[in-house]
Amino acid sequence: MSSAQGTERKPKATRNQYGETLLELGRERSDIVALDADLSGSTKTGKFAKEFPERFFNMGVAEQDMIGTAAGLAVTGKVPFASTFAVFETGRAWDQIRLVICYSNTNVKLVATHGGITVGEDGASHQALEDIALMRALPNMTVIVPADATETNSVIRAVADYKGPVYVRLGRSNVPYTMPDDYQFRIGRAHVFHTGKDANIIAAGIMVDAAKKASELLATEGFDAGVINMSTIKPLDEETLLNAAKTGKVIITAEEHSIIGGLGGAVCEFLAENHPVPVRRIGINDSFGCSGGAAELLQLHGLTAENIAEAVKTSLKNAQ
Amino acid sequence: MSVMTKGKVTDVEELKKIAKSVRIRILHMLTTAGSGHTGGSLSAADVAVAIYFSKMKFNPKDPSWKDRDRFILSKGHAAPLQYSIMAEAGYFPEDTTQTLRTTESPLQGHPCCKRLPGIEVSTGSLGQGLSVANGMALGLRLDRNPARVYCIMGDGEIQEGQIWEAAMTAAHYKIDNLCAVVDCNGLQIDGPVAKVMNIEPVVDKWEAFGWNVIDIDGHNMEQIVGALDKAEGIKGKPTVIIANTTKGKGVSFFENKVEYHGVAPSLEELEKAVKEIDNE
Ligand SMILES: Cc1ncc(C[n+]2csc(CCOP(=O)(O)OP(=O)(O)O)c2C)c(N)n1
Ligand SMILES: [Mg+2]
Repeated sequence: MSSAQGTERKPKATRNQYGETLLELGRERSDIVALDADLSGSTKTGKFAKEFPERFFNMGVAEQDMIGTAAGLAVTGKVPFASTFAVFETGRAWDQIRLVICYSNTNVKLVATHGGITVGEDGASHQALEDIALMRALPNMTVIVPADATETNSVIRAVADYKGPVYVRLGRSNVPYTMPDDYQFRIGRAHVFHTGKDANIIAAGIMVDAAKKASELLATEGFDAGVINMSTIKPLDEETLLNAAKTGKVIITAEEHSIIGGLGGAVCEFLAENHPVPVRRIGINDSFGCSGGAAELLQLHGLTAENIAEAVKTSLKNAQ
Repeated sequence: MSVMTKGKVTDVEELKKIAKSVRIRILHMLTTAGSGHTGGSLSAADVAVAIYFSKMKFNPKDPSWKDRDRFILSKGHAAPLQYSIMAEAGYFPEDTTQTLRTTESPLQGHPCCKRLPGIEVSTGSLGQGLSVANGMALGLRLDRNPARVYCIMGDGEIQEGQIWEAAMTAAHYKIDNLCAVVDCNGLQIDGPVAKVMNIEPVVDKWEAFGWNVIDIDGHNMEQIVGALDKAEGIKGKPTVIIANTTKGKGVSFFENKVEYHGVAPSLEELEKAVKEIDNE
């Protein structure tokens, strides 16, 4: 499958795509409503707000109230999209999400922006590195981390059609187009760029593009490292994962999140019980972030294509 | 040990001069960093300067001195304001201000207590500071330590439910060694506070929660110092100062502009802004 499609397009932040797709959905469907907590300019729900002021609710700086209100709207048959920064969306209102969204199984779409370290200069207080773990632990919750704008568009449309709680994690910074133009996202279905005979890199979010670059680097050195975009982190695409674990010798996970409880955690849990193979997790090493440029922080935390390639080689060596 | 003592700067003219210097440093820091929160750092500058320099006792050479008064910037995005004040007071060398928002810097995008001695607790997620201020005030009271606690919040920030939980706590436990400030600049990120999520009547709300409320012009140094003095004398209940301010205060082209909440001045803007403050 072609992986080079779309690369001539200018990088785009997934949050920008969210703003556009949500607006389109608003035009197509009258049951779509949106909520925000004083960050509609940053999360891009502002676009929807401008065209549909009567279907938009700015809750002020009050995330817990936003979650409760979204659940109430869902109970009346609306399809609420509730957005703020990932730290505040998942952390500040976790018990509200647990009780009135997950336990009550209400049809709320939590679409958070500013996930991960690439938040940049605002620093650790604003960098969500634990949000996937927090959301993944909740029964009934679906967790999705799109890799680029193409996938974001497809994800937002898919979750609007799906009935039940969903957490979608988007980013602040521009990211290159990395998915094929004709790609169609389906909840729980990973996208396999190719399966490797030596290693397989299971990535999500911005790390998908880095994984593809790592695979290219490794190919020049004679290693066959496959790349899989596991954009649905819950429910995990177990079949695809199992196949990758059986085809290659080692698995590498790559995510812009703590190595605890996110994609790496989910992959390890599944493989340990079903098909134990060596796994190496690339992610934030149980630490907080700090201020800095997005690219600089990715380097600092070892989240580059080179880091992934290095991890593949080390794992292969250890596995011998 | 050079301990800054209570009432070190009593002269209002002197405080105004310090506020000017603090504002100018804020702007330089933000321009060098290329990002950060201009509007809310400038609006709270006069109140924060008065708290630090006319009221608080602290020792920049010994930031964890146990008898220090405590300050917590609950609206943590105004970090450049606290950093500028701390530079003015001598907590760290002037050139550290050039490192704002970089990886190794003690001056993180939002205040980080693990990196910068003198910050009591890290902030940046809004709505949490008043609870911590209550806890510090209660701890000091248990120790019979006469030190006082100051806490600055934003007017958008007080939309957070936790603020009102903390408001109840302070009144319930009669926390009178605490003086809180709401920087009422009328703006938050998505627009005017009154339009995004109305908080009025602010004075009535705090009074109903059992607080002593002092409503002032938050840029009038005489009124600020007067309010801080009065707060110290109130026993049996917490005091909140409602500081009516202008977001971006001191720089005409930033004042009351919602878009300058989180945008740093360009080099050109910096030059013009510094001139305006100098000639004020
Ligand atoms: C819990 C939380 N939610 C959202 C934000 C993002 N945020 C930063 S500043 C701000 C607006 C605050 O308005 P206000 O308190 O009036 O600040 P000021 O006008 O003094 O800058 C928001 C929503 C945050 N830092 N923390
Ligand atoms: Mg404000």
